[in-house]
Order: sequence, then C-alpha cells, then structure tokens
Amino acid sequence: MKQYEMVIGLEVHVELATKTKIFCGCSTEFGKEPNTHTCPVCTGMPGSLPVLNKKVVEFALRAGLASNCRINQTCKFDRKNYFYPDNPQNYQISQLYIPICQDGWVEIKTDTGKKKVRIHEMHMEEDAGKLIHDEWADCSLVDYNRSGVPLIEIVSEPDMRNSQEVIAYLEKLRCIMQYAGVSDCKLQEGSMRVDVNLSVREAGSESLGIRTEMKNLNSFKAIARAIEGESERQIELLEEGKAVIQETRRWDDNKEASFAMRSKEDARDYRYFPDPDLPPVQISDEWLETIRKSLPEFREEKMKRYQEEFKLPAYDAEILTESRSLASLFEETAVSFGNAKKTSNWFMVEVLRLMKERGMEPEEISFTPKHLADLLSMLERKEINSQNAKKVFERIFDQDIDPVIYIEEKGLKIVEDLGRLNEVIQKVLDENPGPLKELLDGKEKVMGFFVGKVMKEMQGKANPESVRKSLAAGIEKVGIEKAGIEKRKAKE
Amino acid sequence: MVKKIDDETMENICILAKLTLSEAEKEKAKEEMQRMLDYVEKLNELDTSGVKPLSHLFPSHNIFREDVITSQDNRDALLGNAPEKKDGQFQVPKTIG
Repeated sequence: MKQYEMVIGLEVHVELATKTKIFCGCSTEFGKEPNTHTCPVCTGMPGSLPVLNKKVVEFALRAGLASNCRINQTCKFDRKNYFYPDNPQNYQISQLYIPICQDGWVEIKTDTGKKKVRIHEMHMEEDAGKLIHDEWADCSLVDYNRSGVPLIEIVSEPDMRNSQEVIAYLEKLRCIMQYAGVSDCKLQEGSMRVDVNLSVREAGSESLGIRTEMKNLNSFKAIARAIEGESERQIELLEEGKAVIQETRRWDDNKEASFAMRSKEDARDYRYFPDPDLPPVQISDEWLETIRKSLPEFREEKMKRYQEEFKLPAYDAEILTESRSLASLFEETAVSFGNAKKTSNWFMVEVLRLMKERGMEPEEISFTPKHLADLLSMLERKEINSQNAKKVFERIFDQDIDPVIYIEEKGLKIVEDLGRLNEVIQKVLDENPGPLKELLDGKEKVMGFFVGKVMKEMQGKANPESVRKSLAAGIEKVGIEKAGIEKRKAKE
Repeated sequence: MVKKIDDETMENICILAKLTLSEAEKEKAKEEMQRMLDYVEKLNELDTSGVKPLSHLFPSHNIFREDVITSQDNRDALLGNAPEKKDGQFQVPKTIG
C-alpha cells in the first residue's frame, strides 16, 4: 500500500460571551425556556432592523489580536441567503467580502515539536436557532433563543497533518479565547463548534486531494475518532481506484462512522451581497490600541514568569496556566499566603486531585483564595495536621467555607496541652508493656508505633514533633526507673 | 454582454427562491427578468475603472448599541404569528429524515 498523509483545515465557531445578541437586546443566556429570549429582530419579523452590539466588535478584535491577525479596520456585513427553519430571516448576517481579521497564526506543540498553524480569517456572524425533532408528532420544533447569538468563525489554513495536531490547535484556540475573555469555549454546550475539512494525498505530494467537510463533532475525542475514521475511508476509496466525492458528512460518534449529508452537486448557492441594513464598521487606530492594551498576559508569558519569579518547575507552570481562571486562583492564593512554591505544590496535588474526582474543568473551580491561604498558613504554623488540612480543603473546594471559623468550630486546632499529652503518653506506655520492652532493648522502629498510638488518642490534635519529644522523654524516664529497679534487685 | 435568461437559469432561480411556477408563468417571468437585465446593462457603458466598489449609499458608519439587555419575554406575541406551534415553539415540517 502507498503511504498517505492527511491534510486538515478547520472551521471553528466560537460563541462570544456577550450579555446580549449581536443585533438586538435579547439575552444570550444558555438553557432558558424556548423562545423566551426573542424579539422581532432575531425572529426575522418584516420591518425589524438590526443594530450591531459594540462588544461583539471588541471581542472579535481581542480574539484576532490574540492570534496574530491583521485587522481590517474597515469591514462590513454580508447576507448569506438560504431557506431553513432555524434561520427566520432566510439569510444569515455574516462577513464574506471583508472579514474583521485575516492572516493570523497560532503556535502549537505536539510530540514532534512546535509548529505554526495559519489562520486564514476570522469573521463575525450570527448564530441560527435550534431545531428539535419531535419523533412522535413527525415534525420539528424551533427555538430561536440562540438565533442572533454572536459568533466568530475562525478559518484555519489546511496546515494540520494528523489528529494530534488538530487537538493541539483546538486546545490552543480555546486557551487563547478563554484568556482573552471572549468565550468559555465549551464543546458540550456548543459554545465552540468544529467542522473538519479533510483530504488525503500520497505522502510527499504537493497537490491537494478532494476534501470532505465533517460536522457534528461534540468532543475532542469525537474529533480525533472522526479524523481517523474519515482518513481511513478516503484511503480505502483511493486504494480501490475510486474517487473521493466533495461533500459534507455528518459524524455519528455512536456508530463511529460518517454519513453523507449533501454533495457538491446540490451545493447551495448562497448569493452573498452586502447587508444594506448595517453600515460599515470603522475601527480607528485609537480604538485598536485601547483593545491591544487591554489584552491580558497570555499563557506563554505567564508560564515564563512563574518559572522566573516564583521559581516553579516548567511542568508546574504549564499545568497551572492551562486555564486563566486556575492561574489567577493560584496567583492570588500565593500572594496572600506568601510562598508560591508551597502554594503550587498544594495546587498540583490537592486541587488537581479534587478537580479530577469531581469531574470538573479548571474553569469551574471557584473558591476564595484567602481561604486556602489561611489554611496553608495554619498548616505552616503547625496549628493543624496535614491530614485534617486536606479534609478542610475539601470543604473550601466544595463550599468555600472559611477555614479559620471551621477549624475552630470543629475543634481541629492543635493546642499545645502538655499536661494532657503526658497523661496520654503515660497511659499508652502502661498499656503496651511488650512493645515498650522491645524499645528499651534498642528496637528503635517501635517508636513509630507509639507515636501513632499517641496521635490517635489525641485525635490528631497534637503536633507530631511535640509528641515525639514528650514520648522520648517519657520513655527515658521509664528506662531510668527500670534500670534503678534492676540495680536495686541486683544489690539485694 | 447581457446574460440570457434561459430555461436552465429560470429553473435554478425557482429552486433557490422555492417557487413553483406554471409554464406560462415561467415564460412571463423569463421575459420580465430579461428586460430588467437589459435595462441595468446600460451601466456597463460607463467606464468604471479606478472607481471603488460602493456597498452603502450613505456615509454613516459605526452605528452601535451597547451590550445591555433591552428586550423582555415576548414569546406569546411572537408565537401569535406562527401558523402552527407546540410547547412554546414554532412547529415546522420535519427537517431531517
């Protein structure tokens, strides 16, 4: 069999995190009762007029600048005409002729090294409504809450060669969009949607094969599977001497196969033309500069700073900066507590463990940084033992409790009560004559057994160091007494 | 060169516009559209080299609204226009097989 390689380009739709829709004052809130966030504009009523949401332009500029795009300082909107019930105007307002951003790139990292993926363009457009298929009544129902929600469509160049590069590119885009604060990019909720354009060709060839476009990809795993499945299908066709047909295919992740939706033959003729209802957008140098200045520190810079300023290992810095919200939680905690390395250790072990156990995304973690900082301070002053600290942190993680109040209330605070400690030590020594004899005979390992017994009796409310010290003193005393008795016995 | 509205073009326009026309209507529409194209063809007599394409007639730009919620739940009024509705939604013929 010949060697083949894949050529992949992506179209990614990202829902912008504005409060209102792109052309009307309806809320964009997700998951509300059908059609309760609609108005004459986003349901395409005759005579209604769209007015552009300024924030959409700002978010598109942030996204474009963050991915090294050239900004078209004069851009406009065009109508894309087609009939479908999810599109009440019978046209979608988009940007064909002059998109707001062009010619960008992002850098991705895979096992084979670093690589640039070029971005052809990024344009603003409105989302369509949602269709629900009613199997019983044999009809479809339309909810226009999503109609008019602002999107940017990010079109890459066909620069990716395998699914690993595709996933790395998508993770990079998601990270950039989240850092820039323009979208939460949740694939499951549809705030990030990916169409894969894929063709195969003989390895080393310069020409491009016939490509297909795949839709309905709802997770990174589904995307990876779809890429493998579609490339195998295309290679099989070519090996059999058949041709790949240019068409749109729908990926069915349950069946792990794609199915043709429509072919190029009945490809739609969208008859684009400039939207006469929307005057052009002009972005002044000042406006662009204001946006540029308002961009946050991105992941790469943050990673570098964490290593230099906080002396964190590269691996820790990479994990902590994966999401902007996790990074700011870490930073605020570190500043409040005063020791970045110890804060980082806690995040790397405890925070990540709970996040995994709870099946959460880094963006979903939310607690008051001062609460963790207070807990770490108490641990540092040995006012709580590490086992209890972990338990208290679970409460902070889940319910954001104030550890100072909680530890006081639950009586978890270690108070140095030496009288009580010595009583307990005496009791433990008296109750365990066997191990005590072994210890006195020089079997040092038995010490751990006694420390454990004492800590248990103290219900964790003792400082292990004090326990060790007092226990040693107690044993020494017993040893001396014992030696005295033996001496006397010998005399007699 | 004026584009000729032939049967094939007419057919395509009907598909795109979702129109079902009788043979007589098609003939009439063909004639009318041809007249429109012939009329607009006049513009091609002008030399427009060096003239920038114009998309909007008025010199206005940057007509924005702030990102503030201004509309309320209009569902009942909006659904009032629907020929068919169900569970607060617009009911339409089944869209996928």
